[in-house]
Amino acid sequence: MPNAQPLPVAVRPAAPRARPPRRVNVWLHVALLPLALTALLAYLASTVWTVALSFTGSRMFPSSRFVGLAQYERLFASERWSIAIDNLLFFAVFSILLCTLVGFLLAVFIDQKIRAESLFRSIFLYPFALSMVVTGLVWQWVLNPEMGLQAAVRDWGWQSFTLDWIVSEDKVMYCVVLAGVWNGSGFMMALLLAGLRGVDEEVWKAARLDGIPVWRTYFSIVLPMLSGTVATALTLQLIGSIKVYDVVVAMTRGGPGLASEVPARFIMENIGSRSNLGQAAAASTVLLVTAVALLVPYHYLRKHQAAKSGHGA
Amino acid sequence: MSSHRPRPRIATAHAVAALVLVLAGWLTIAGTAAAQTAEVIHWWTSKGESAAVNELAAAYRKAGGTWVDTAIAGGDNARNLALTRMAGGKPPTVTQFNASLQFHEIIEEGLLNTIDAVAVPQGWDRLLPEPLRNFVKVGGHYWAVPVNIHNTNWFWYSKAVLAKAGVTAEPANMDEFFVALDKVKASGAIALSLGGQGWQELMLFNAVLHAAGGQDLYRRFYTSADGAVALTPEFKKVLADFKRLKNYVDRGSPNRDWNVASALIIADKAGFQVMGDFVKAEFEAARKVAGRDYGCFAGFGPKAPFVIDGDVFVFPKSPDPQVVRAQQLFAKVIMSKEAQVAFNRKKGSVPVRADVDMGEVDLCTALGLAGLRDPSRHVPSVEQMVAPEKNAAIGDAITEFWNTRQTVDRAARALAASLRM
Repeated sequence: MPNAQPLPVAVRPAAPRARPPRRVNVWLHVALLPLALTALLAYLASTVWTVALSFTGSRMFPSSRFVGLAQYERLFASERWSIAIDNLLFFAVFSILLCTLVGFLLAVFIDQKIRAESLFRSIFLYPFALSMVVTGLVWQWVLNPEMGLQAAVRDWGWQSFTLDWIVSEDKVMYCVVLAGVWNGSGFMMALLLAGLRGVDEEVWKAARLDGIPVWRTYFSIVLPMLSGTVATALTLQLIGSIKVYDVVVAMTRGGPGLASEVPARFIMENIGSRSNLGQAAAASTVLLVTAVALLVPYHYLRKHQAAKSGHGA
Repeated sequence: MSSHRPRPRIATAHAVAALVLVLAGWLTIAGTAAAQTAEVIHWWTSKGESAAVNELAAAYRKAGGTWVDTAIAGGDNARNLALTRMAGGKPPTVTQFNASLQFHEIIEEGLLNTIDAVAVPQGWDRLLPEPLRNFVKVGGHYWAVPVNIHNTNWFWYSKAVLAKAGVTAEPANMDEFFVALDKVKASGAIALSLGGQGWQELMLFNAVLHAAGGQDLYRRFYTSADGAVALTPEFKKVLADFKRLKNYVDRGSPNRDWNVASALIIADKAGFQVMGDFVKAEFEAARKVAGRDYGCFAGFGPKAPFVIDGDVFVFPKSPDPQVVRAQQLFAKVIMSKEAQVAFNRKKGSVPVRADVDMGEVDLCTALGLAGLRDPSRHVPSVEQMVAPEKNAAIGDAITEFWNTRQTVDRAARALAASLRM
């Protein structure tokens, strides 16, 4: 565990000099105990329990009636679940791409040593300060054809103006992505801007001396240097996409019909009104496995990079 | 360093004080439990609904009890909270529930007290209409007290919109309904005001199933185990009629709340809405008068199927005799004629016992009472016939059919598959 070692080093200078370092360590562990217990009991144990439940015929209450893989068979036969998975893929791919792209462009824009930088930074970061529920509700009103933008433009005289994506089953997911990108790209900007600010001024000087155009410097030199930041940004967004729930609930409640259903909503419905715990547990397990499968390669990438930079130093 | 020290002490002192206050508050509540305290979970939070539930609370207080109100917006949320607390060993004294098969499941789990001690001496066997009695009486015992009867099969309309469109009489069958809708649509108003949420679409489908298919097809469909009924021509005709209604719904329908859809009727922007009788509370709140501003009919014609659905209260298991006494007092109060009249007048629903005099009632309540008095019209609600997950699968198939270009045949096959679940 390379991450475990720096911890005491970081603590030691802050601790009073009179105390021996060992005692600090003991108290450190005592202080961490509640967190460790919480992690073990609340997260690990309930994860294991959820996986176990997915093999039972639990309905409203947990039961121990073993049904094998029946819940999974039903899950994958369910039209609603397959729509939810398709929508998740769509949302993940487009919101991550767009968020990163917009965030990067905004970061580059702010990195040009513009005036009133902090003002712009606040404006761009502001949507992120709003919860996804608020974001979803606001966009739902804006996009609602009866009272939102479409109605307003028609009132101004453009009678044929149509913006009814949110109520059409084949375009509603674009609206969800739009809300997600509006909410998330400011945060991407902040992350990438921090990375950009970490790039040594010398790099820029050298590039300028060699007569490399600015855009080329960004894409061929600076961006590769930021690969760690970008990887972190992508991971954060990936996790956010997998559990996307509140924005859909606030915007469309999965409608029209089933057109904007997402897995998290599917799970919550099965726990609640459908009183089908076993099915919800199976769906959660599938999501968990997906998330792990996506995160493991990233973990190895990080380890690989850490080992490489360790060699360099 | 030393300057930082006092702070944690103050914080600790505050924390201890807060803890003491919380404990004191808890002890106070525990202390008053001796005076038949009932903590009641319910989901009646809209304006009209909370006025109605206040009548129940007042009646309970008058009978000497203490009512502790736990109102949770949204039926699903309230039921989930009650179930979680029951499973976790801290149940409320009484909790609202739906007349659904979920209820049978919590009986099987042994989570409820019976209420026979009140039901048998009061003669609920006589008092309650049969479909409702069959529901609250399971295995020879009474497990719930019904508080009102709903019919989800109501058609509401704006008199002004219909008059302007030239619709002079209430439609008496599906064909006349389509003619009326055509006229309203031609007049420029929204013909059918629908909230495009799964449960509302399903409610509309059920109304068409009653109206176009009749009582018999409705029962055969929801009790079918092999799904064959879904593939019959008469059922496919119902599906086609249902989908035909989509032509009369406006583009703003998806994800619209039911009360927003009702507001369109109130504002004379839409012609018809098909929805349960809880819509009436919205009309009342807008000071609209039945028969003058809006009209209503419970299905087509005087012999239309009348759905017996209702809200009930259940009594989570408790060995504490104080709690049991509070529960029995609650059941007595709810079933009393006075509470039934006071509650249902405000709620817009119908009393559970046929022997009460509602006094002067408006047109729609009178129609509801007439429906209640005619057992040949009674049909159970869907929730009483199918389990929640099966109902949800049927709802999925219906919302898919309504919102996509799916053909009638494919929808029929999907429904048949849901029925086989």
